[in-house]
Amino acid sequence: MSADMTYLTREPLAAEQLVRAVAAPELGGTCVFLGTVRNGPEDAGGGVAAIEYTAYAAMADAELDRMLAEARERWPDARVAVRHRVGTIPVGEASIAIAAAAPHRAQAFEACRYVIEEVKRRLPVWKKELRADGTAAWVDRTGRASHV
Amino acid sequence: MSAATAGTVTVRFFARYAELVGREETALSLPLPATVGDVVRRVRDGLPGGHELPERPLAAVNLRHVKLQAAVHDGDEVALLPPVAGG
Repeated sequence: MSADMTYLTREPLAAEQLVRAVAAPELGGTCVFLGTVRNGPEDAGGGVAAIEYTAYAAMADAELDRMLAEARERWPDARVAVRHRVGTIPVGEASIAIAAAAPHRAQAFEACRYVIEEVKRRLPVWKKELRADGTAAWVDRTGRASHV
Repeated sequence: MSAATAGTVTVRFFARYAELVGREETALSLPLPATVGDVVRRVRDGLPGGHELPERPLAAVNLRHVKLQAAVHDGDEVALLPPVAGG
């Protein structure tokens, strides 16, 4: 990826663009992961209306670069593309999209899974739930709210 | 202060931590050698709201995750990161 590109966008994610980006004639298995903003039954405050995602953008880009490099090292025949949306994302829309293509399905699933798990573990992105009742709360990756 | 014994780092705050200290970054001068842990202690003691920050937050130096024992150098960007929640 060139220095002026970014894996982050404020626009809605288009999974089919990522699929096209990783497609190649010799790659017979493609796996797509979409993470979407959800409104779970456990959510307080009348439910989640949207989530506001903020990022340490320069580090998030650097981390995603490193994750993709690690995936290439583990699955040299696979191609992986990822975009993370930031800003306010309504319930039901995707916050992350990952596409992984490989000669066979096992590597595609594994490479895709690797990237989403590493994102969850180390990508410097934070989310604040904006609730239907007008309250808001930062949430950690377990989904628990911390006080604002 | 000579350049050999002191340095200045930029400390950045994100998400909830930025709200706790009411700012997104600050310049911090400190004696060197120093660690990220030293930066955290000075920020907690020196900034209004600093004691609201955890004593052992996640941290990054120059866009990489580091442990609190990691050294900091003049000109480094040190970031204090709330538990991440991407994806």
